[in-house]
Amino acid sequence: MRLIVDGKPTEINADPEMPLLWALRDIAGKTGPKFGCGIAMCGACTVHVGGSPVRSCSLPLGQVDGEVLTIEGLAREGKLHPVQQAWLEEQVAQCGYCQAGQIMSAVALLDQVADPTDEDIDAAMSGNLCRCGTYPKIRTAIKKAAALKTAGI
Amino acid sequence: MASLGKITRRAFLFGAAAVAGGAVFGYWYVSTPYENPLEGDLAEGEATFNPYVKIAGDNTITVIAPRAEMGQGISTTLAALVAEELDVPLEGLKVEHGPASWAYYNSAMIEEGGPFAFYDESVTAEVMRSVMGGVAKVFGLQGTGGSASTRDGFIKLRQAGAAARLMLVEAAAARLKVPAGELKTAAGSVVHEASGRSLTYGEVALDAAKLSPPADPPLKEKSAWTLLGKPQKRVDMLAKVTGAPVFGMDVMLPDMLFGTVILSPRFWAAPIKADLSKAEKMPGVIRIVPLATNYGHGFGVIAENTWAAFRAAEAIEAEWDAPEYPPDSAGIAKVLTDGLASPDGSAMRDDGDVDIAFADAPRERIVEADYFVPYLAHAAMEPMNATARFSDGVLDLWAGNQAPTITRSLCATALGIDQHKVNVHTPSLGGGFGRRVEVDFSLCAALMARETGGRPVKVVWTREQDMRHDAYRPAAAGRFQARLGDDGAPVALDMKISSPSVMASTLRRLFPSMSPLGPDRTIVDGAYNQPYTIPDYRVTGIAAPVTVPVGSWRSVGSSINGFFHEGFLDEIAVAGKTDPVALRKRLMAGYPAAVKVVEKVAAMAKWGERLPAGKAKGIAFTLSFGSWVGEVVQVAQMPAGIRIEKVWIAADVGTALDPGIIEAQLISGAIYGLSAAMGQEITFADGAVEQSNFHDFDAMRIGQCPVFEVAILENFHKMGGVGEIGTPPAAPALANAVFALTGKRLRSLPLGKEVTFA
Repeated sequence: MRLIVDGKPTEINADPEMPLLWALRDIAGKTGPKFGCGIAMCGACTVHVGGSPVRSCSLPLGQVDGEVLTIEGLAREGKLHPVQQAWLEEQVAQCGYCQAGQIMSAVALLDQVADPTDEDIDAAMSGNLCRCGTYPKIRTAIKKAAALKTAGI
Repeated sequence: MASLGKITRRAFLFGAAAVAGGAVFGYWYVSTPYENPLEGDLAEGEATFNPYVKIAGDNTITVIAPRAEMGQGISTTLAALVAEELDVPLEGLKVEHGPASWAYYNSAMIEEGGPFAFYDESVTAEVMRSVMGGVAKVFGLQGTGGSASTRDGFIKLRQAGAAARLMLVEAAAARLKVPAGELKTAAGSVVHEASGRSLTYGEVALDAAKLSPPADPPLKEKSAWTLLGKPQKRVDMLAKVTGAPVFGMDVMLPDMLFGTVILSPRFWAAPIKADLSKAEKMPGVIRIVPLATNYGHGFGVIAENTWAAFRAAEAIEAEWDAPEYPPDSAGIAKVLTDGLASPDGSAMRDDGDVDIAFADAPRERIVEADYFVPYLAHAAMEPMNATARFSDGVLDLWAGNQAPTITRSLCATALGIDQHKVNVHTPSLGGGFGRRVEVDFSLCAALMARETGGRPVKVVWTREQDMRHDAYRPAAAGRFQARLGDDGAPVALDMKISSPSVMASTLRRLFPSMSPLGPDRTIVDGAYNQPYTIPDYRVTGIAAPVTVPVGSWRSVGSSINGFFHEGFLDEIAVAGKTDPVALRKRLMAGYPAAVKVVEKVAAMAKWGERLPAGKAKGIAFTLSFGSWVGEVVQVAQMPAGIRIEKVWIAADVGTALDPGIIEAQLISGAIYGLSAAMGQEITFADGAVEQSNFHDFDAMRIGQCPVFEVAILENFHKMGGVGEIGTPPAAPALANAVFALTGKRLRSLPLGKEVTFA
């Protein structure tokens, strides 16, 4: 089937039952989204489909009904997305494995709520597990990203 | 503390190996450097100065940071050690993990493996440290563990940078025909200010590398450091926020196949019968192969994509042999508690005479308690995986691992090839925490690569296989007794700890030809070597005979004994009607670094100030991996349960090489410990692990995460480690806070079995 992935038409010949995550990773070569649990419990595989965050490990390819955006398509023309920029400035990542999912969830949050409260952050980000304990920096970086985005940076 | 007499009477693990190693290899072997592994693999025009530094003609400077980057920031700090002396900015470097090589042995990792406390600087203790460091070299143990990488690299890597710099200056002096003393270095160039001439390092690298390296290059004074001691931008950050393929999971090779494993649910058990026919017929499946390694038995599924492999693995029907250990948690716990009554324990600390102290103790002066902690999985975010290609008799292996030389050696044995025919590539690790010291994921991939006609195969474990086939943090049972003096402080303390031996279990997997030769200090680590003075003080470890695989889980023994020692000390304080901070300061008065840590964390947390109703604090202290760490946890009773509101941490690391990374690691370690204390436990039924994924083995989520405040101190004269030290005090500080809040003394983890966390 034909998908738009990170803005590019991409032909994927696979069983429609195959989760989007494995189609992206094994077939389309998009390794940015990560495999963590396979049951939508950790959020490492988070991508956007049609602008909404989804757990790609649990979404069959046949049910993908919009453009797919992964972490690899977030920076535009060499410029980091404000969320990535904030992550970089706050030095958020440790092992980094969960961070593609964290960033995609944070991008979706800021698309919905320009200036999120702590409660908004908790609600939007609680599905994204981090075993290194980067949560305090994630919280700071989301607030910084909100400011960067509002300022049009 | 253990005296020389006691040590010579009792061999201990690795200590015996040390003596054997020294005898076999001799002093010459220990004192001779290994070859530089970069020599054979240089690009055109590239020069190498030592195993840590390569410089190309275009002035690309590559630093080898030969320790696993698993989030702890080690690639940044090791590169900064070289860059500081080489006079190059950190942004001007390429940092690589480099190949597996004996040259990258880690002495600090097992230097503290003897039965001595970190603060013991007696001649005997120092001799043992030097012997143990030699063993790491003799065995060429390249490993990341024991919070040892910075301590191991502190001199080595600065010397590597300093030596290369001197050689570059000398070569530039010859080229420019000026005395070397007139030259300066800055930002990757050698500069002759008088004439305004300069040469980049790249322009003189080939000449410089031909010079003989200075034996003992002088190092900068701490006051002259420009990078060290200051927070640096991490060298891996940009890649990690852009989704770059830096992990083992991301390896993509031409013509690559995909695979997974299904391993015996009962550890070590072989299949009695298996029906592969259904799985073999599934779409996308190429081959299913039996696996047998030092880790036991299973099947490898090779397929056209990962999902096809996962589905086929589920369709394998197999019956497995009975377990060689008690099949359920109750049976295992009984072995541990039975061990507490065993006379075979080994007292790694035995001050005064504890038996006499308790013989005439009045009943009302005695405090007694039994404690228990469960098995734990590491649950790194990146499930175990490795990619292998076996072609023309050479194995190339890509595996995020903490032990490259052991990986190389065991994979070579498994394939029956010489270890020089094995190339281990170490990408970034999506979490390690001790799990990736193991070689199981590499062995499985190596064996499967034999079956693909030379095509590479990426073997990814499901989360379920990862959770159910770990080398777990062992369960442990503790029985403790204290005698209080007239003023409420303890005059005698007796601790017995019964737990399966991590060292014996690790040897079975990684060094199967070596047999355990004596007591395992990890059973009592974090209890026997704490900076408290109590006249009659004994800590006994008992190795419980349960063979579920156990391994190094962030802070190892201290993750158990921090909880045991500090939880019980809190009980002693309550029974003796003393303040837990005041009591600790009094007992650790002989160790000023410890006192200052406790004073600092108490001041930060405003210990002793009245809290509103429904809030409470708890404190704990653990000296581990050479660092002194105090933590205060504040909890609040909310309608939905107990909320961890705030955590204060004070840590004396001796010398703080990167305060930003250290603060991140302290918080990381505490969250790792709090996650386990709140809710984690691995249990067994029918010989198999019951938990399988994050729905039944979860960790702290962002909404539960407290606010942290951290202070880094540098009072002690020896440098300590960083990666694990935040973990040990977290569980007891939380348990002590829960007691202060609720009056419930919880002596068993996870606390979530008795109270609810919001």
